Amino acid sequence: MLTLALLCIPAFFGLMMFLSSDLSKKLASVGSILNAVMAIGAAVAMSYGKTEMLEFDGGVIAPLGAHFALSLNATSILLVLLNACLLPFIVHVASKHEMRNASTFLSLILFMSSAMMGAFLANDSFLFYICYEAALVPIYFIILQWSKAENKNAIVLKFFVYTLFASLFMLFSLLYVRQFADSFLISDMIAAGSKLSQHEQTWVFAGFFIAFAVKIPIFPFHTWQPNTYKAAPTAGTILLAAVMLKMATYGLLRITMPMVPAGVADADWAMWLCVISIVYASFVALNQTSFKLLIAYSSIAHVGMIALGILANGNTAYEGALIEMVSHGVIALGLFFIADMIESRVGHDHFNKMGGLREKHPAFAFLFFVIVMASVALPVTSGFVGEFLLLQSVGSHNIVMALVAGLTVVFGAVYMLRAFQSTMLGKHNAELAFAEMTASEKMVLTILVIITIAIGVYPGMLLDVVHKGLQLTGI
Amino acid sequence: MEKLITLVPLFPLVGFLYQVFFGKNTSKQLTTIIGSGAIFASFVVSLIVFNSQLHSHQAVTVKVFEWIHAGSLHIDLAFLVDSLSSTYLLFITGVGFLIHIYSSGYMSHDQGFNRFFAYLNLFVFFMLILVLGDSLVTLFVGWEGVGVCSFMLIGFWYKEHANNEAAKKAFIMNRVGDLGLIVAMILIFSNTGTLNYVELFNHGKIASLSPSLITTIAIFLFIGAMGKSAQFPLHTWLPDAMAGPTPVSALIHAATMVTAGIYLVARNGDLFEMSHTASNLVMYVGLITALMGATIALTQNDIKKVLAYSTVSQLGFMFVALGMGAHSIAVFHVITHAFFKALLFLGSGSVIHGMGGEQDIRRMGGLKKYMPTTQKTFLIGTLAIAGIFPFAGFFSKDQILAHAMEHNMPVFILLVIASACTAFYMFRMYYLTFHGKFRGTHDQEHHLHESPASMTIPLWVLAVLSVVGGFIGFPHALGHAIHFPHALDHFLEGPVLVAVGDMSVTVEIILALATMGIAVVMIYVAHNIYIAKATHVLEDNEITSPFHKLLHKKYGFDELYEAMFKKPANAIGHAFATVVEWKIIDGIVNAAGTAAEGVGSLARRLHGGHIAGYLLTFMIGLIILLSLIFKA
Repeated sequence: MLTLALLCIPAFFGLMMFLSSDLSKKLASVGSILNAVMAIGAAVAMSYGKTEMLEFDGGVIAPLGAHFALSLNATSILLVLLNACLLPFIVHVASKHEMRNASTFLSLILFMSSAMMGAFLANDSFLFYICYEAALVPIYFIILQWSKAENKNAIVLKFFVYTLFASLFMLFSLLYVRQFADSFLISDMIAAGSKLSQHEQTWVFAGFFIAFAVKIPIFPFHTWQPNTYKAAPTAGTILLAAVMLKMATYGLLRITMPMVPAGVADADWAMWLCVISIVYASFVALNQTSFKLLIAYSSIAHVGMIALGILANGNTAYEGALIEMVSHGVIALGLFFIADMIESRVGHDHFNKMGGLREKHPAFAFLFFVIVMASVALPVTSGFVGEFLLLQSVGSHNIVMALVAGLTVVFGAVYMLRAFQSTMLGKHNAELAFAEMTASEKMVLTILVIITIAIGVYPGMLLDVVHKGLQLTGI
Repeated sequence: MEKLITLVPLFPLVGFLYQVFFGKNTSKQLTTIIGSGAIFASFVVSLIVFNSQLHSHQAVTVKVFEWIHAGSLHIDLAFLVDSLSSTYLLFITGVGFLIHIYSSGYMSHDQGFNRFFAYLNLFVFFMLILVLGDSLVTLFVGWEGVGVCSFMLIGFWYKEHANNEAAKKAFIMNRVGDLGLIVAMILIFSNTGTLNYVELFNHGKIASLSPSLITTIAIFLFIGAMGKSAQFPLHTWLPDAMAGPTPVSALIHAATMVTAGIYLVARNGDLFEMSHTASNLVMYVGLITALMGATIALTQNDIKKVLAYSTVSQLGFMFVALGMGAHSIAVFHVITHAFFKALLFLGSGSVIHGMGGEQDIRRMGGLKKYMPTTQKTFLIGTLAIAGIFPFAGFFSKDQILAHAMEHNMPVFILLVIASACTAFYMFRMYYLTFHGKFRGTHDQEHHLHESPASMTIPLWVLAVLSVVGGFIGFPHALGHAIHFPHALDHFLEGPVLVAVGDMSVTVEIILALATMGIAVVMIYVAHNIYIAKATHVLEDNEITSPFHKLLHKKYGFDELYEAMFKKPANAIGHAFATVVEWKIIDGIVNAAGTAAEGVGSLARRLHGGHIAGYLLTFMIGLIILLSLIFKA
C-alpha cells in the first residue's frame, strides 16, 4: 500500500489544486513534502527488512495481460527517493517566481512526478511503458504554456514527437518478448527474454536502446535536449534533467539488462556511441557561453557515463549507476537552481558578460563552488563515488573506452571552472546589479551541498538500503 | 599509539570547519591560535606515532569506517601507519606548522586572513589523508583534495584575472595526471580485485600480474605523479602557481603537495621495481625535468619564478632517484628539500614583504643591510640547495649523484651539469638580491624593513633544520667507516625500497669533494659576474641571443600547448557546436521529421494545440492494437 500511496499522493494533491486554486502553493508544498517523507519512510522500512508494505498488485488488466503491479525493491528505492525528495525543491522553484496560472503549473508538476513515480515503481513492463510516456504530457504543457522562448512551439514539438516516436521501438521490443512471456510482469518478461536467441536479443536490445538513447539522451539522438532545457521554465528543466531522463537509465538497469543479457553483451556499438556522446558533448560544452546550455551539454556527458557504465556491466556498475543517478539528480538541481538565480537577477545567463560576484556574495560563491566541484566528481562529493564506480565498470570491460570516456575528468574541469570563474571571480562589477541571496535560496543550496557531501563521504547510507533490498527482493 | 592517528587529520579538519561556521566573527588572533594550534596538535600526535614506529617498526592499519562497498569493491576509510607515512606526517605537520605561524605575520594585513587559514587547514587535512590512506582510492581523495586547495590558494587573490587563470591551469593540468591515476586504479582493481596496499604488495596480488600489465599500470601511475609533481611535460602549471601568496608556494608548491608524486611512486615501489621500462621512464623524465628546470632558472628574474623552476628541477632529481630504484634516497631528498625550499620561499616572501610587493631581483640588491636575518637564513638555504657540506641538501643530492654514477654514467654527467646550474642560479639570485647596490626606487628603499618575529622565527627554525637535517641520511660507506648509520634508510627499510650501493669510502669522498668543488666554482663564477664585475642584468626587451631567449621563454611550452591543445580543442568545440550539432545532426533529424508526410501533417495539427486530441487518439489506438494482439 505504501507504494500505491507514493504513486498517488502527488497526483491527488495535483487534482485538489483544481478544486481550490487559492491554496495551490500550500497544497503543492504539503503534498510534495508528504511524499518525500513517505519515500524516506519506505527506505527506512526496507533497511529494517520490512517488506510487507513494499509490494502492490492491483490485478490484471484483462485484455492486455498487464498487471497494475508496483514494487519497491533494491533497484527502484533510490530512484523513488530521488523523485520524491527533489519534488519539494522543484515545487519551491516553481512557486518562486510570479506567473500566470500558477496553480495549473504546480499541478502539472505534481502529475509529472506521479507519472515518473509510476515508472520507477512499476513491476510490470507495460505499466512502465505507459508511465514513461504519460510523463511526457505534463512537461509538454509546462513548456508550451510557460516557456519564454520565442520558438517554443517548434522546440516542444520536436521534443515531444522525437521522444514519443523513439519510444515506439521500446514498445516493439516489449511486444516481441511478450509473445514468449506469461505476462507483462517484469519478472516474466525477464524470464522469457533471457531465453531468446542471441540474434533476437540483439534486436530487442536495439529497440530499447533507441528509445532510451533519445530520452537520456545519447549522441546523435540528443539535439532536442539543449534547446528544450533552455526553453523550459526552470522547474520544468529540473524535472527533465534531474528526474525524467533517469526513467531511461533506470529502464536500462531494471528491465533491459536482465531481459536481454546476450544482447547487451554484444552491444559494443552502443557503448562506443555512449563514449562518443561523452566526448562530443564535452567538446560542445567548451564552446557554450549560456550557463543553461553548458549544464545541458555537461549533463549529456554525465548521463552518457551512466549508460556506458550500465552497459559495460562490470562488477561495480549496479551500485555506481544507482549512486550516480541520485548524484546527478541532486547536482543538476543545484546547477539549474543557480542558473535560475543568476538569470532572474541579471536577465540572461551568458556568463561571459558577468564576473566579480564573489566579492559581495561570498556565501553564494562557496555554495556554488561546492556544487561545481561535485559536478566535476571531486572525492568527498557524491559525484566521485558514482563516476568512479561507473568508470571502473567500463574499464573492466575495455580500458581504452574508460580512458576516452575518462577525458570528461579533464574537460569537465575546463568548462565548469570557466563558467564559475567568469561569473564569480575577477573584479567586482558595479554595473551588475545582483541582489543578495535570499534566505530560502541559501537554505536550498545548503541542503543540496550537505546532501552531496554526505553521500560522498558516506555512500553507505544509500548503498546499505540497496544491499538490504537485494537480500530481501533479489532485484 | 597508532590508534591516535585519526586525530592527526582530524585537528586540521576541525580548524577548517570552525572557520566555515564561525569564521566571519573570529578575530585574526583567534584564527591564528586555532589554525596554527590545530596543526601543532597534529604535529605532537605525529611525533608520538613516529616515536612508536621508531621502536616497533610495525605497519598498523587503523580503520575509521566503511566507505564504498559496491560489487566486490570494498574500500574503507582506513589509515596505514608505517615508517613511510609517519615520516611524511612529521614534516607535513612540522613544516606546515611553521608556515602557519609565518602566515600570521605575512598575511596580517590581508582582508582574507581567516579564509586563508581555513584553506591552509583544509589543505593539511587532505595532504594527511593522501599519505595516510591505506588504499589508492583513499590516496586519491587526498590527491584531489590538495588539488582543490591548491586551486583555491593559487587564486586566493581572485580579483586578479591572471591569478584565476593560473589556478585554473594548475587544476586542469593536474586533472590530466589524475586521469592517468584513475586508469591505473581501474587496471589494478580489474586485475587484482583490490586497491589496498597491503593486499597488493604484502599478499602478492601485484606479483601475480603479467610483466606487460605491470608496466602499463606503473606508467599510468607515473602519469598521475607527473601531474602532481610537475614533471615534464606536465610541468608548466607550477611556475604559474606562484601567483598564490608566498606561504602557499612554500607549503604546497615546494614542501608538501608537489612531492605527492614521489610518495605515490615510493608507496607503490614494488610495482616500479618489477618494471624496468617504467623505471627507466621515471628516470629519464626526471632527468629531462631536472635539466630543463635548472636551465630555465638561469634566466629568470622573478625571485619566486627562480625558486619555482628550482623546485621543478629538484623534483626531477627525486624522480631520477626513484627511477634508479633508490626510493629511500628520493624520500630523503623530499625531506631535505622540504626544509631548505620552504626556507627559501619564506625568505623570498620576507623579501617581497620588505620590498612592498616587488618580485624582480633586477630591482633589488644590497638588502643584506636592511634584512640581516632574512639574508642569513636565505644564505643557509642557498648553501643547502647548492649542495655544500654540511648543509642538508649536500647529503641527499650527493647520494642521488652517487647512485647515478654507479647506475648510468651519462645520467650522472647530466645531473652534475644540472647541479652546477643549481649552484649558479641560486647564487646569482642571492647576490642580486642581498649584495651590491640597491637598484629599486627611493620609495622602496625608504620602506625596506626586516620582517616581524612571527616571520623570522620560522626562518631560523627552518635554517637550523637545513643545516642539521642532512645527518639523518649519512652516506653508507663513509658512515660505516666512522660508525655513523644512515638512520633514514634504516627506518624506511621495508615499506620503501632501499638501494645500498657498493661504493668504496674513497670513491664516495672523492665524489663528494668533486661535486662540491663544482658548486664552489659556480658560486665563484656567480660572484665574479654579479658582484665583482656587477654585470648589468638584461631587461626582457634587451635579450637578443636566441639561446637566452629560448630559456627566458621557458622553451616555449606555454605557446606550444596553446597551439597544440587549447586552440584545437576550442576549434573542434566550435565546429561541433555550430556546424555538426545544428547543420548536420539536427538537420538530419529535422529532415527525417518533415520527410514523412504523416508526421508533417501531424506537426501542423500539433501547432494548432490539438495535442490532447492527438494523445487521446494515440492511446486509444494503442490499446485497440494491443487488445487485438493479445486477445487473452
